[in-house]
Amino acid sequence: MSTQSYYVPDQSRWPILASMALFLMAFGAGNMINALSAGDGGGVGLVMLLAGALGMGMILVGWFGNVIKESHSGLYSQQMDRSFRWGMSWFIFSEIMFFAAFFGTLFYVRNLAVPWLGGEGDKGVSNMLWQEFSSQWPLLSTPDPQLYPGPQAVIDPWHIPLLNTILLISSSFTVTLAHKALKLGGRSRVVFWLAATILLGVIFLYFQAYEYAEAYNELGLTLHSGIYGATFFILTGFHGLHVTMGTVMLIIIWLRVLKGHFSEEKHFAFEAVSWYWHFVDVVWVGLFLFVYIL
Amino acid sequence: MNTSVAATHHHGPASGIGRWLFTTNHKDIGTLYLWFSFIMFLTGGCMALLIRAELFQPGLQLVQPDFFNQMTTMHGLIMVFGAVMPAFVGLANWMVPMMVGAPDMALPRMNNWSFWILPFAFSMMLLTLFMEGGAPNFGWTFYAPLSTTYAPPSVTYFIFAVHMMGISSIMGAINIIATILNLRAPGMTMMKLPLFVWTWLITAFLLIAVMPVLAGVVTMMLMDIHFGTSFFDAAGGGDPVLFQHVFWFFGHPEVYIMILPAFGIVSEIIPTFARKRLFGYASMVYATASIALLSFIVWAHHMFTVGLPLAGELFFMFATMLIAIPTGVKVFNWVATMFRGSMTFETPMLFALAFVVLFTIGGFSGLMLAIAPVDFQYHDTYFVVAHFHYVLVPGAVFAIMAAAYYWLPKWCGRYYNETMGKVHFWCSFIGVNITFFPMHFIGLAGMPRRIPDYALQFADFNAIATVGAFIFGFSQLIFLYNVISCIRKGKPADDRVWEGSHGLEWTLPSPAPYHSFSEPPQVK
Repeated sequence: MSTQSYYVPDQSRWPILASMALFLMAFGAGNMINALSAGDGGGVGLVMLLAGALGMGMILVGWFGNVIKESHSGLYSQQMDRSFRWGMSWFIFSEIMFFAAFFGTLFYVRNLAVPWLGGEGDKGVSNMLWQEFSSQWPLLSTPDPQLYPGPQAVIDPWHIPLLNTILLISSSFTVTLAHKALKLGGRSRVVFWLAATILLGVIFLYFQAYEYAEAYNELGLTLHSGIYGATFFILTGFHGLHVTMGTVMLIIIWLRVLKGHFSEEKHFAFEAVSWYWHFVDVVWVGLFLFVYIL
Repeated sequence: MNTSVAATHHHGPASGIGRWLFTTNHKDIGTLYLWFSFIMFLTGGCMALLIRAELFQPGLQLVQPDFFNQMTTMHGLIMVFGAVMPAFVGLANWMVPMMVGAPDMALPRMNNWSFWILPFAFSMMLLTLFMEGGAPNFGWTFYAPLSTTYAPPSVTYFIFAVHMMGISSIMGAINIIATILNLRAPGMTMMKLPLFVWTWLITAFLLIAVMPVLAGVVTMMLMDIHFGTSFFDAAGGGDPVLFQHVFWFFGHPEVYIMILPAFGIVSEIIPTFARKRLFGYASMVYATASIALLSFIVWAHHMFTVGLPLAGELFFMFATMLIAIPTGVKVFNWVATMFRGSMTFETPMLFALAFVVLFTIGGFSGLMLAIAPVDFQYHDTYFVVAHFHYVLVPGAVFAIMAAAYYWLPKWCGRYYNETMGKVHFWCSFIGVNITFFPMHFIGLAGMPRRIPDYALQFADFNAIATVGAFIFGFSQLIFLYNVISCIRKGKPADDRVWEGSHGLEWTLPSPAPYHSFSEPPQVK
């Protein structure tokens, strides 16, 4: 344990403001979604959601700004640094569990629910509901095609998804190269490799959007197209959101590198973002295997 | 020692409301959690009393069935997420830094945020009572399709409220883990940690592991309701039973989240008043860890009657029974600690003793429910209600009461009124048993849970249960009065407070100074 005294920050306005912003976002989102489902526009809810999100953005800038200032004035000890490391690691663990819920869902429907509906296995009696239905994966025809019209085809893993896999895995290497360069103090190389990482992330997102457009417009693979579409979009969608978040974080880190915020020894923010980026990458490998290929 | 880097914060609390809104102090935040939890306890309690009043006699007297369903739903959600969990987090906030010899929690600003999300989340949840279509009415377990196809529109707000609670819990848990792993005083090795700290470390791990799964399941609900997916609709290839699997994968560790800190509290209190060391410290730690690990592989015992494959029924039945072993280790440990101890029976000890006896009753009825073939009979009856209320009320809630009485003199530097504490205990003890014991009988006789009206043969036991509920409910006002008068004019307490107390928190003055250990103490 360090003998340096542990920094306990003074009173802060950010958390209570952040709670209010979060409430505005949550209430606004609820209100908007309900209004949309009832068919009468986004209205008040949308305004609340946007106001909350804007407020949250400003709060995060201010809050992190405080943290950066405190760090630069030397208030953070080695021990504090370890608290941040534990914090970020457990946060990433919570994210893993979030994806685990959806992967679990995918495995359950693929290996149990859909075969049972098709009359196979232990609970094949549920076949009585839709006797025409036979189980298959990818599920191109659902038990009730009137309610949930199945997709004509699913995404071919060996085109865009393979390209995206290459992009993301390369981006893991580039971010590691940036980290190596940072530790050796080569600022220009850090700037270069981080920019390359960001670019790879943006290209990934572009292709992901392109793939979604293709799924909707050409393949009939939508949220409505039964459980295949549901699991496909929730897994790739949340992954895409995380890549977006990660890219934003990388851009912030990149700007901070340009401003000279990081030293060879102290650059935890950089490391946290790169951990997050590797995590997003690993999730993608899981997606590529279980959603696209198998 | 590098003093030039020392923090530049105040050495006492700020004044006015700002102290509570902007605080980064673990004691202030602990106090906020505890009062919030008590307010929620009374709110959920009023709903429980309304439910019991309606069930006082057969027929519909006070409320319509739909409102009755809203009450059972809100009662469950508020008690679980608003009363029990925040109470334990509040206790952790107060005690963990003091017990490990830390100046504060590891991430104090995030700590404030974890708390202040909760009042907003619960405001949103309670607001649904006044919305068109009423509050959520599908039970606290919100099974699909009741919570999707047939849900009132307010379910959308419910989903976002759950997300907010999840964010709060995860941040709170991360903070507790970081504090325990990183802020221990020199010499405070892991196997010297007080058991309350150990149980909270494991609880925090469970929280981080399962709250995201809860977020996942409510997100799938949201998608099914508003965006046309078919996760829980077999017509599209999904499965309503999938909801139950994902929910209970969260839900079973969740029930241990509500009981492990209680184990920790009781393991602190019994040695103090038996004036003996805990019989087996290491076995207690390993038992807690085993319970936590087992909690991930028993979830489907909540679903024996939905039509699982036989192999599933058997696996989950035997895995569930395994939990009795580490739990038994704990109960025998407490009993062996008391064996030949020089015991005194102050209020915290009374609550802790009642915990050991009554929690064990709840544990045994749990063992009965774990047997798949007989669960076919008990499932969704009042027997289940009796079971989980025995583990949650005289289990979790009694442990919270015990903790409050035990540490209150340390918190405010004054003793509570012992006689009033004992009156509170005996009223609660008698009230709880009159309320929940008869539910075993009506459950075994076949009365289903979550119904506003029932067949005539259940009338007598229901009337008795209602009387007990009112005794229990109103006796909590004694507790409230006792706490307030303790804060205002209690007899001053010394540092050790209890004759048999041991641990770092008792080396601090009473009341504990605003900043716990600015200099880390040396632990031998």
